[in-house]
Amino acid sequence: MRSVLHVDMNNFYASVECLYRPEIRNFPVAVAGDPLNRHGIILAKNMLAKKLGVTTGEAIWEAKLKAPGLVLVPPDYKKYLRFSRMAREIYYEYSDQVEAFGLDENWIDLTNSLPYLHNDPVSIANTIRQRVKEELGVTVSVGVSFNKIFAKLGSDLKKPDATTVIPYEHFRDIVWPLPVSDLLYVGRSTARKLEQIAVNTIGDLACMDVEILKRRLGKWGEILWLFANGMDTSPVRKIGESEQIKSIGNGTTCPRDLQTEQDVRLVFTVLAESVAARLRDCCMKCQGVQIFLRDNSLSTISRQKKMEFPCCTSAPILATAMELFRQHYRWHKPLRSVGLSAIYLVTAHKHMQLSLFDDTAEQLLIQEQIEKTIDMLRYRFGHDAIKRASALLDQKLTGFNPKEDHTIHPYSYFR
Amino acid sequence: MKINLEVNAKFDLDGTIRPTSIIWEDGRVFAIDRVLDMRRAASLKAGGVGMRYICKICGKTVMLWNEEGKWFMEK
Repeated sequence: MRSVLHVDMNNFYASVECLYRPEIRNFPVAVAGDPLNRHGIILAKNMLAKKLGVTTGEAIWEAKLKAPGLVLVPPDYKKYLRFSRMAREIYYEYSDQVEAFGLDENWIDLTNSLPYLHNDPVSIANTIRQRVKEELGVTVSVGVSFNKIFAKLGSDLKKPDATTVIPYEHFRDIVWPLPVSDLLYVGRSTARKLEQIAVNTIGDLACMDVEILKRRLGKWGEILWLFANGMDTSPVRKIGESEQIKSIGNGTTCPRDLQTEQDVRLVFTVLAESVAARLRDCCMKCQGVQIFLRDNSLSTISRQKKMEFPCCTSAPILATAMELFRQHYRWHKPLRSVGLSAIYLVTAHKHMQLSLFDDTAEQLLIQEQIEKTIDMLRYRFGHDAIKRASALLDQKLTGFNPKEDHTIHPYSYFR
Repeated sequence: MKINLEVNAKFDLDGTIRPTSIIWEDGRVFAIDRVLDMRRAASLKAGGVGMRYICKICGKTVMLWNEEGKWFMEK
């Protein structure tokens, strides 16, 4: 039987901000984006704000209605990345299998290191909890169990600053009465589908005929059934083991609605440059582009297209994105946010078929050299050392650096 | 409350940093007689996280933090 811990930092962004500003600690506090740039949603809140009903993801005005004295703090991602790194340094002392799930959550597999630690998993969980509190000044909740899913479930059960144990012998008593939506990967829509077949608790899910679930939810039905029965066998990744990158993308909510094709082109240019630079950093090329468009009524579409030549330069990515855009967007409404992803990735060293009759592929290689030079200039002298003249057309729209501003990558459980 | 301070420190060959004296806000210099403990710790009072040095200065026990090269004390 494995011993897996899941360590979850409580109200992570808000806790870090409250640590640095003792004067606001006793007020309801929320970390929120900049409303002037229309990023005005609640990203995190402290316990006091939570008690007043403030939820993550709601608009600032909604939160202020619930908590009139709410103190708003802008996010400082550099600080959060530092805390995340320091927390992981503590976890590394207990195992070489530590896997991050977002900035504030980590799984730690103690199975192989337990004989050397001369302690039981629960005591180690408590030690980690104590150490994070003393060394970083923030609290964590720890779940201790025999697989990753139940360890995560455990860390969500008691908050803040608590350890929850879900042993194999008692998991049915602890886990099965919980609502099915508490299980990782049961979102709102899956929960609704399960409700239709009278599955309300995790126990109901576990006792259900797996064939019925498969018919209802496809392969997910079986996966969730395995989760509910404690049969999740996914390993905790070793330190330094990195995942295979499947796509590289950037998106932004613009400071004003995009009204014309020119506006869209300007924003896509910045995004394409960032995506291309990130592709080059990873020594990858893309063979396809995907765009995301969200209009001001928040309805979203995404479209993708394959490319003829694999590339890691911004011009063909931008051209493909604009082609997709012209094909699929009819301007019923102005656009609020747009995104751009490079997909179908291949390694940069893959051989490319050159044509005898045109020199597109060769031009791509020349362009690549130019952009690599720009990368070097930006590395040495900063992002603004060199930019496109078109970026000056509307500096408000183009004045962001997606490559460095936000490097919080989404995580998936199945990698 | 946080008091930011100027500090004189010794950098060992192995990279260990040990403060040797602090320069108080009014310019007076206080020698650090002994460093009793050093470890990473949070300062809830001042608001910060870094290497914490528990020092003896003029017979008094004082806690000094080094957060990414900036030194501070709690008030």
